[in-house]
Amino acid sequence: MTDANRPTGPTDAAPDTSSPPATPPTAPAAPRILPVTDLSLVVLVGTSGAGKSSFARKHFLPTQVVSSDFCRGLIADDENDQSASAEAFELLHHIVGKRLAGGRLTVVDATNVQPEARKQLIRIARDHDVLPIAIVLDVPPGVCAERNRTRPDRQLPPHVVPRQNRELRRSLRGLEREGFRKVHILRGEAEVDAAEIVTEKRYNDLRHLTGPFDIVGDVHGCRAELETLLTRLGYEIGRDAEGRPVDAAHPGGRTAVFVGDLVDRGPDTPGVLRLVMGMVGAGHAVCVPGNHENKLGRAMDGRNVTVSHGLQESLDQLAAEPEEFRLQVRAFMRDLVSHYLLDGGRLVVCHAGLPEKYHDRTSGRVRSHALYGDTTGETDEYGLPVRYPWAEEYRGKALVVYGHTPVQVPGFVNNTICLDTGCVFGGSLTALRYPERELVSVEAEQEWYAPVRPMTAAAPEPHEGRPLDLADVAGRRTVETSLHGRITVREENAAAALEVMSRFALDPRLLAYLPPTMAPSATSRRPGYLEHPEEAFSSYRADGVQHVICEEKHMGSRAVVLVARDDTALEQRFGIAGPGAIWTRTGRAFLSDDAVTGAVLDRVRAAAEKAGLFDELGTGWLLLDAELMPWSLKALELLRRQYAAVGAAAGAALPTVLAALEQAAGRGLDLGELTERQRRRAADAEAFVAAYRRYCWPTEGLAGIRLAPFQVLAAEGANLAVRPHDEHLGWIDRMVAADDHEAPLLRGTGRLLVDTSDERSVEAGIAWWEELTGAGGEGMVVKPLSSTARGRAGEGRQGALLQPGVKVRGREYLRIIYGPDYTEYLDQLRQRFLGHKRSLALREYALGLEALDRLAAGEPLWRVHEPVFAVLALESEPVDPRL
Amino acid sequence: MFISISTTGTAERPATDLGFLLHKHPGKVQRFATSHGEAHVFYPEATDAVCTAALLLDIDPVALVRRGMGKGRGGSPDFALAQYVNDRPYAASSLLAVALRTVFRTAMKGVCENRPGLADETRPLRIVLPAVPANGSGEGGGAAMVARLFEPLGWQVEAAPVPLDETFPEWGESRYLRVGLSGTLRLADALQQLYVLLPVLDGAKHYWVAPDEVDKLLAAGEGWLADHPERALIAGRYLARRWSLTRRAMQRLELARLAEADDREAEEFDNAVDDSGETAYATGPAPGGPAGQPAVAGATSGSVPEPDAAAAAKPPSLAEQRRAAILDALREVGAARVADLGCGQGELIAALLKDARITEVLGVDVSSRALSTAARKLRLERMSERQAARVSLVQGALTYTDARLKGYDAAVLSEVIEHLDLPRLPALEQAVLGVARPSAVVVTTPNAEYNVRWESLPAGHVRHADHRFEWDRAQFRAWAERAAAAYGYTVVIRPVGPQDPEVGAPTQLALFRLGTPAAAGTAPAPAGTSATTGAATTAAVTTPDTTTPDTTTPEGGDTR
Repeated sequence: MTDANRPTGPTDAAPDTSSPPATPPTAPAAPRILPVTDLSLVVLVGTSGAGKSSFARKHFLPTQVVSSDFCRGLIADDENDQSASAEAFELLHHIVGKRLAGGRLTVVDATNVQPEARKQLIRIARDHDVLPIAIVLDVPPGVCAERNRTRPDRQLPPHVVPRQNRELRRSLRGLEREGFRKVHILRGEAEVDAAEIVTEKRYNDLRHLTGPFDIVGDVHGCRAELETLLTRLGYEIGRDAEGRPVDAAHPGGRTAVFVGDLVDRGPDTPGVLRLVMGMVGAGHAVCVPGNHENKLGRAMDGRNVTVSHGLQESLDQLAAEPEEFRLQVRAFMRDLVSHYLLDGGRLVVCHAGLPEKYHDRTSGRVRSHALYGDTTGETDEYGLPVRYPWAEEYRGKALVVYGHTPVQVPGFVNNTICLDTGCVFGGSLTALRYPERELVSVEAEQEWYAPVRPMTAAAPEPHEGRPLDLADVAGRRTVETSLHGRITVREENAAAALEVMSRFALDPRLLAYLPPTMAPSATSRRPGYLEHPEEAFSSYRADGVQHVICEEKHMGSRAVVLVARDDTALEQRFGIAGPGAIWTRTGRAFLSDDAVTGAVLDRVRAAAEKAGLFDELGTGWLLLDAELMPWSLKALELLRRQYAAVGAAAGAALPTVLAALEQAAGRGLDLGELTERQRRRAADAEAFVAAYRRYCWPTEGLAGIRLAPFQVLAAEGANLAVRPHDEHLGWIDRMVAADDHEAPLLRGTGRLLVDTSDERSVEAGIAWWEELTGAGGEGMVVKPLSSTARGRAGEGRQGALLQPGVKVRGREYLRIIYGPDYTEYLDQLRQRFLGHKRSLALREYALGLEALDRLAAGEPLWRVHEPVFAVLALESEPVDPRL
Repeated sequence: MFISISTTGTAERPATDLGFLLHKHPGKVQRFATSHGEAHVFYPEATDAVCTAALLLDIDPVALVRRGMGKGRGGSPDFALAQYVNDRPYAASSLLAVALRTVFRTAMKGVCENRPGLADETRPLRIVLPAVPANGSGEGGGAAMVARLFEPLGWQVEAAPVPLDETFPEWGESRYLRVGLSGTLRLADALQQLYVLLPVLDGAKHYWVAPDEVDKLLAAGEGWLADHPERALIAGRYLARRWSLTRRAMQRLELARLAEADDREAEEFDNAVDDSGETAYATGPAPGGPAGQPAVAGATSGSVPEPDAAAAAKPPSLAEQRRAAILDALREVGAARVADLGCGQGELIAALLKDARITEVLGVDVSSRALSTAARKLRLERMSERQAARVSLVQGALTYTDARLKGYDAAVLSEVIEHLDLPRLPALEQAVLGVARPSAVVVTTPNAEYNVRWESLPAGHVRHADHRFEWDRAQFRAWAERAAAAYGYTVVIRPVGPQDPEVGAPTQLALFRLGTPAAAGTAPAPAGTSATTGAATTAAVTTPDTTTPDTTTPEGGDTR
């Protein structure tokens, strides 16, 4: 039996032809076991009437079988219409291709007696890097003809079956040469009936091994360093009578994984092989081959290879070993499988890196990719091929651990990591602890071999801003969130977000979060009110949320603040040095003046430092959700062009109107309610002007700017947004207390805890809101104290995600939203629809938290950017902007 | 919103004749339903000596918004109407114009059945409008605009600006004026003039501008518009934004919402396309009638200046010279498949398609609106299949890598890099030079040193509001050489446009070619172009200095 991922040597040339040579067709057949690899293209071969369809039905799922008759029927409404054959096979090939691309075992039910037909199928299998397997149903032509005669739906001319049989006979011996990696021939009806299909795993499939693992980079004959590293990792080294290491076992049951290139260049290739072969043999390690094993194996097998790149050292050292050892080495190398899927498919180990589409595949191409990697076709100044930066494009879920390309400092790039730290060149030998994701290194004892090109960080630099690809964000996309399932972004919204993100937003590396929108409380029926806290409390009570926190709503603009403890603190997580950034809901820099931004960040940093937050949270940076005041700082243009303008127009027009009305009334005209109505309009307009004026005050540099953080969203390694709100406010109170009292920048957030099940507590909440808004405040936000909250669980499912907060805006403030005299039109305005806004708020909230989770988990930039971008895209969905 | 119309009189010719003229009794308070609320007519004073009629339009702001929010045909094109916080209930806009026409329809026609002859007489009139929105920026301000529009008609104009907010004097004045007009005119003429000129002052109309608007304008302007010195301005603004409005309304919503989420004006986000005037590019023989401008435009085109018509006789604009320089560079490297990165409205694509050596053009822009404008102006839908197959337009952002951009002979970044914040430039370098990796890349950008030669450009200003930076020659060279070295390209830099001995040319062009200088030297150079290899640090080709600086715009008339 062979596996395409194994080396192609002389022994591979003859695939497994599992046909018992001399079974007479009449003898009672013993059960025939036909091994079929779980991802392969099974090609049934047999004349018409040989029973291929019945065989397929018996052994495979109906959906796994693609039949030419069926395709003919789809094309021409007639399964026997031979004139439709060309199109029918085109369709069959298309379906087969789609299935294989999706990684699904596929069976082709067609006669396939002609080599051309099989050739096309083999090509499709190769295109998708799966094994082609032939199962031949060699049933006597008489039986087939008889079956065809009794089938009412099939009228074949008498010459057809004999012709097909002749073609089959000619084909039988050459099937392996055609490229089938397994050929099963069933002779006669009895054998066909007795056959049993057994599905085999691919050789690279070790998903059942869950580790934990210690994955070791390129060793290159550095036996001493390997011993030191294994010891440091906690392995106990076993030695033979001569004191040579022959095994290493971890008392904690850990498994070592070698990424290949054990051999060549270094001082003791046989010693390394002896140790690793022992570990593999004892089940303490698995090993994939590197390009050096491949070449050494070929050289030892007597094949003609160019002796270079340290191969001579290995050959010389092995020549000093006994023949028996050399045979063991040859067998070991022959059996090495190109790459392994481990830990349920979450971990892929190979020598030179592997794109996701090859992970579950088996072909010569995959093997070659795993051993040698991909190149751009260009050569560098040392004449070495330029490696294709596959890791930058990698978007797979599995962590790919590989070696091959020496780097100075290993680092994760898009869920891949290269562990070759050039030990043999005087660098170090590195291992990755999995799933801990910790790196353990030992320095090389000396430079064992001079490198062709200097040791540089040849692996793609994740700091260059390069890793984001348009395909990460553009078009219709679905983002998986842990909180709220799959969230879809529509194409037109993504298009708008792309425009804003690329033209106006800050560097996406910094933008780890965009704030979600928030729905208002249900519309109040109280006379004179559109919104009232009563509805907020009762809806949370109805959903079983007892403790809520009311937070004062600040009269500014939303700002997300990323603040660094020092100028290098952001580099590791965000790839950018500097003090941090402050951005708006759409990711724009909040302040146009970098100096003012820097001054604000300085003060925030100082306050957090003094409050001890960096130490307490074990972080070099903090991400804060905040309100930056005054509103006029950011919205001045809008204020001037819309709000103040409306006030000015009203202020100019209404006094003239009132004067004219009074003059007319003086003439004794009956104006009815007209005058009174215009008076109310004038009063409303004045109230409107008073309302927006509260949000405006001049600023000069830092003077006048106030920042009110209300949540600590994240710190290194932690999504803090899921922590209870009183904890957040506790941290923030300490920052506010630590701020400069002479000229404070930071502002605290007033809050009140309310027990929704306690009437008096609810009354107190309402009174607090009335007090806040009566004094001109914007209103308050009511949030479940616990932060994320779910409704009552149903039968076998968790409760639905609840609104993370609802805003209850003050009666006067709403004039800025609904117009100066909205109080005249409350009945009409109460017909507002909150459904979409609520749904949007939930989706954006879940996406925001998803981004923070991914950031905390150290996931690659594109994974953090994806939900952040989705929040921006959703913000462009059509929803009543006044909500 | 409010307007009062007063007249004076004597016992023989009493002012109260105004009631006959308006067909509204001075002793009554009358109410009329209009589509935006109730209109009330009453007389604050009515004596033989002086009579004042007042029209108060009591707008229902909620109904206004509900109507304004609709999409498509039924909805209103005035984005401002979708806001509850809206000046329409207070200011004199097209809503008032429509109310005037509805309430005083007969008077506006100059008909007065009870007192024949009265309507033909002129009277001393005084019109008061307490809040007139007047957009006159750049044209002498709102007050000057009112004067320009009304004084030629015989009015004496008082126009006092209204401050935005006396609490914040630093905010300056609002766009509203308290306007008083005094003159001796026929009342019908006065009403018609107001009907036309109020929307003209406002610059926004609350209903779709339909083709019959031209007829309405001509009817209402009968007898006074033809001789008005500002008739072009009036016609232009009355029929303002006719072609782009519907498109804007449909396309800008997503961006407008994002702007709103950020407390910004929609225009701040949606500014990639200049909506002024639009004509199709001549891209070789194309069937069909006149491009872009539907037939009704003919009614006024005699008086509305056409931006492109006058340009024909001029020397090539800087934009044209830039395109010529880019085409030269593309020919020099023998490019057949070209990606125009940041293609804007497709000016360069149109030029590329005229060159048969270019077999394929990919236009990429981040603005969906720019792309649809480009598709329209290139008339992609009406191209032959074979021609259309040469060009494709896709949305893309150059700060993201993009597999679709791989495999082109050349990429052009014409006037693009300066629209990126400087910290984002490395991402573009990586996406274009590192990943798309075409054999050649042409980059053009303004030469900031040359800005002192633009008379219309204030010192220290950039040429376009969206330019995030403008480089001098040394900065551009330094950037180009560093980027080329980092990604294995060689680069030559050339001036484009008239060379000034002191400050250089207005535009600078960098031609990047993939490979080491040695490799580039062996590449066959197309006949007729001068060899540029090895001249990585010298300007190899100089555009002949045949033109004077284009004084139209610093951008050279190129809006992208």
